Amino acid sequence: MKIIACIKQVPDSEAKVRAEGGQVTWGDAPLVINPFDEYAVEGALQQKEAHGGTVTALCIGPESAREALKHALAMGADEAVLVSDPALNEIDSLGAARVLAAAIQKIGGADMVVFGRQTLDNGSGLTTAQVARVLGLPLLGLAGQIKVQDGSVTIERVVEEGRVTLSAKMPVVLSVVQSIGEPRYPSFMGIRKASKANIPVWSLADLGIEAPAAVVKRIELMNPPVNEVKIEMITGETPEEIAKALVDKIIAEKVL
Amino acid sequence: MKTFVYIDHFKGEIQPASWEAIGLGKTFGTVSAVVFGSGVDAVAKAAFEYGADEVFVADDPALEDFRAETYASTLSALASSQSPDLILFPITARTRELAAMSAVDLNTGVLTDIFALEAADGTLVATRPIYEGKVLEKAVCSAKPVMASIRPRFFPKPPRDESRSGTPIRVEVRGDVLTKVEGYSASESAVNLGDAPVIVSGGRGVSNNPSLVPPAGMDEKQAEIWRAQQGFALLGELAAVLGGAVGASRAAVDGGYIPYSHQVGQTGKVVTPDLYIACGISGAIQHLVGMRNSKVVVAINKDSDAPIFTQARYGVVGDLFQIVPALTAEFKKRLGK
Repeated sequence: MKIIACIKQVPDSEAKVRAEGGQVTWGDAPLVINPFDEYAVEGALQQKEAHGGTVTALCIGPESAREALKHALAMGADEAVLVSDPALNEIDSLGAARVLAAAIQKIGGADMVVFGRQTLDNGSGLTTAQVARVLGLPLLGLAGQIKVQDGSVTIERVVEEGRVTLSAKMPVVLSVVQSIGEPRYPSFMGIRKASKANIPVWSLADLGIEAPAAVVKRIELMNPPVNEVKIEMITGETPEEIAKALVDKIIAEKVL
Repeated sequence: MKTFVYIDHFKGEIQPASWEAIGLGKTFGTVSAVVFGSGVDAVAKAAFEYGADEVFVADDPALEDFRAETYASTLSALASSQSPDLILFPITARTRELAAMSAVDLNTGVLTDIFALEAADGTLVATRPIYEGKVLEKAVCSAKPVMASIRPRFFPKPPRDESRSGTPIRVEVRGDVLTKVEGYSASESAVNLGDAPVIVSGGRGVSNNPSLVPPAGMDEKQAEIWRAQQGFALLGELAAVLGGAVGASRAAVDGGYIPYSHQVGQTGKVVTPDLYIACGISGAIQHLVGMRNSKVVVAINKDSDAPIFTQARYGVVGDLFQIVPALTAEFKKRLGK
């Protein structure tokens, strides 16, 4: 089975991200593989282990994004491809989807294209569905569990109301959620292999496409208003006394 | 301006933010509600009552279950023929996929998770969180229709007027069916944190009750999870009295105490309830980002230095296993339940 895991590089989730001078900054915090995309790689590797085949990690980003791909390789992915082009600096989600779709086709397609739920930077969570649409493939979104049998993929889709069992014939585009299982740590051997890996870099010219024009544009960046919360500690001799005092306060807030 | 509002529902259960979207649309001009499903007359009727000027309905057995491909094709065909300026969605797992696919068909953009939308010189400017709310951006979409999904509980809900009615305009289903819905289970993990007015959340501390003796034969990890489940049951009782939902920190989810659908914070749901009660949650930055816009935050923690207290309006330093049941009893008494 041929599997492609799509990943992105983002600032570490511990980073103090701020708007400064019209730019997003994160100080000296490291750039890492998007945490949700680690689940995508994990999900892809689980399917490879169960059914054989290969996992290719695919990423759009600057040269530095090689590190995110190396993480995927160290986890156990077989190959990695970076799509990098200065013309891609301002793309929106639809543009990213068209570029990813072109890269997936250049790789030679796949039985299964796996994404994480969303990225921590833009966070729109649109790209998976848009890649499926551009490629004309079925979307199996928000999979907590994946089963492959007789050329079909069945997932347990986790939505607000519960779990929906959804299936489709391969090839499919999937996104996974955390229930898929904790991402494995890169092994020592994996890290060694990744450090030596040759990661091809494809430009838009290599993909044979023009830079997609962005229709969604950012016009202003702001830091969220600081929450000046003044805390009032509630004390008492017994839990009942504390509860009574706290309930008084909450009822007086008129939020119930 | 002509606005479409997609009314999201699950088996007829309507996402209340759909009405908030109608209210928002009406501030710009006329609103056409869009209702898809099978046997959805009641949904269409409610859309009129909440202020829709007209209602487009695709009512077909093929739309019984949400499937992104057919829903998107049906919406795209309707939008192509009616040329709305704006399509609004309440943000849910379904509408995220639906809007994403329709935007491909219509060659336009989606502004997701917005909490403000203003018309300035004929251009719609949306405010939305990026980097999970650590930074905000104002963004525009230069193509038509502009598509935008709204966060629940940020825009006023219009009043329901049961005397309003109308005749829905029927539209046909479009698109190929690519996926099959095999079943559905409303598991105990079914939770809608986005719409909940009250959230009672638990963290690592919920497992920290040594006085509870687990059933024989459990190893250490199983005992920890069992203890946490007893703790979350207490939180559930408090949430039930307050008509709220149960949330959790990443630590609690990673510990296997509760399904991830309950997770609040950077890698879970960003929530804005009227009342947020954090129990045994230390308050990692990722969690604080996910709940700090709640109206009133109450923190209960054994550790008086826990960062959660920096975001709380009221704090209790104490044992949640004593405080939470006492709170439940007190609220029951005071709210007459």
